[in-house]
Amino acid sequence: MAQEAVIRVEGLSAGYGDVVLQKDLSFEVRRGEVFGILGGSGCGKSTLMKHMIGLYEPIAGHVFIDGDDIVTAQGATRHAILRKIGVMYQSGALFGSMTLLENVRLPLEEYTDLTTDEIDLIGRMKLELVGLDAFTGHLPAEISGGMQKRAAIARAMALDPMILFLDEPSAGLDPITSASLDALIRRLAENVGVTFVIVTHELASIFAIMDRVIMLDRRKQGIVAQGDLRKLRDESDDPWVKQFFHREPEAATA
Amino acid sequence: MAELAVSDADDRRVLALSGRLDAGTIRDLWQRATHAVREAAAKRIVVDARAVDYCDGAGIALLVDLLRQRPRGEVAIENLQPRFDALLRQFDPERLAQDLDPEPRRRSSIEEIGAIAAGIARDSREQIAFVGEATLALAQVVRHPSSVRWKDVWRICERVGADAVPIVALISFLVGVILAFQSAIPMKRFGAEIFVADLIGLAMLRELAPLMTAILLAGRSGAAFAAEIGTMKVNEEVNALTTMGLDPVRFLVTTRILAALLMTPLLTLLADLVSLLGGALTMQSFSIPFVTFRHEVESIVDFSDFMAGFVKSFVFAVVIAGVGCLRGLQTAAGASAVGDSATRAVVSGIILLVVVDGIFAVVYFFLDI
Repeated sequence: MAQEAVIRVEGLSAGYGDVVLQKDLSFEVRRGEVFGILGGSGCGKSTLMKHMIGLYEPIAGHVFIDGDDIVTAQGATRHAILRKIGVMYQSGALFGSMTLLENVRLPLEEYTDLTTDEIDLIGRMKLELVGLDAFTGHLPAEISGGMQKRAAIARAMALDPMILFLDEPSAGLDPITSASLDALIRRLAENVGVTFVIVTHELASIFAIMDRVIMLDRRKQGIVAQGDLRKLRDESDDPWVKQFFHREPEAATA
Repeated sequence: MAELAVSDADDRRVLALSGRLDAGTIRDLWQRATHAVREAAAKRIVVDARAVDYCDGAGIALLVDLLRQRPRGEVAIENLQPRFDALLRQFDPERLAQDLDPEPRRRSSIEEIGAIAAGIARDSREQIAFVGEATLALAQVVRHPSSVRWKDVWRICERVGADAVPIVALISFLVGVILAFQSAIPMKRFGAEIFVADLIGLAMLRELAPLMTAILLAGRSGAAFAAEIGTMKVNEEVNALTTMGLDPVRFLVTTRILAALLMTPLLTLLADLVSLLGGALTMQSFSIPFVTFRHEVESIVDFSDFMAGFVKSFVFAVVIAGVGCLRGLQTAAGASAVGDSATRAVVSGIILLVVVDGIFAVVYFFLDI
């Protein structure tokens, strides 16, 4: 695997308004790897992701995506950065007035010059990848929450972005669908070199797909561990990291 | 860049693809490639992907499209790098050719008329049921005032009443000014400007102030109630109330009807006063001083005129809040549903207000008020 950093986060303080969730975070995501942002509930994982995709301005720090700083980028530069990323939000965030196929078609129609039939085929293929080829004409409100999530992943992949950000992709999915999704993520990372940044706390999925992770702690407001996932699990001395990987309740080390 | 070279040899046609296959590069060659496959005289078509050095989802879509142009087995993709081949093998071209989720059949116009009629019947039934439930809930309030969540009522009162003061005052003032001005000009020709005070006094207090305030509140608070309760419905908050054994009507509707009942009459009073003030100010420019204006209003408008308008405002309050809450509770699923509910709350609210106002006019006529 290439070792080149595709995302570089430098001295980033995550939060909004006066609320600081994490301080002075610095880490790198390498091209073609599946990178995990792990941590307990409410520690600011999703907020950190929103800083990384340029949705919220961080309290301090910079996020370089493929060399360009998304925090300060404006106009055409910002647009070019956004073309390189695809995002799946925790709630799916599908457009409720459009069918699933129309949701996936939208970015293709806006950003490519392909014909309607070609876009249609790509859209159907993306939905087939997430097992929704029999629901292309459904509206988001007509399918279950887990299906909405899968459709959102299909939409995020529509333009084959260089980096895919997934916020809790396997939460709410049945084990079989979740495993198929894990396999899809690995295939895309290994075969096409797509970089994944995934926010999750599903242990099974973490070990099935991730290469490297950072672990955030709410109380320490920083990275408590980062690096190779298996090494962290087997060698880390940090009690919180051990608890996390061994699913121990809070009281165990108190 | 992506390149395509087509060559015919013996009994087969070879399409040599090369370069980078992605959404940006394949636009020009996609049509040419499918055409070359479809129109080939040869029975066997080979797509040689030896020189393809990158292929993303869009590139794979091109290859899939080529495969499905001819019956199974006639088109073969060869020499594709294993890493891209793994992506290609995820798809079954024949399965993709069929629409697994076709659009539902369109209804005939007779079915459509039937569906609309059934919809109206269902809507009427729901409205009647809602009126019953709301009445029961309000009766419960009278019997056990402590069962009301008064904290919620005050909070809604602030939003329905206090927050609406500026807009109600502004509109009433302007209507008073406009009415005075428009009637003063023709009346001046007969030297009858002083009767403008009579006109404004009667028209505003009996009719316009209560109706205008109600229409403003239907647009402001009726829509807000529908949107609020609609969002709660979409987020399953209404279901949560039901499963906790709490009646959504008592919890959400009673509080809003009570708040509207308390605030609408007060806002109507404000509209009465401010519109008279607007009229009086305008008449100053026609040399009619405040005192004269006031005496004229007092001489023509009696207490029953004021009450005729004031009583209406209580009924209007129930209509606005009731319709807003009902539309909110009827909210279906989907992003546009909440918007639809708010629109329906305003439209049906205003229609009902005017109908109720008409009924009042007839009743007042027969009672000689």
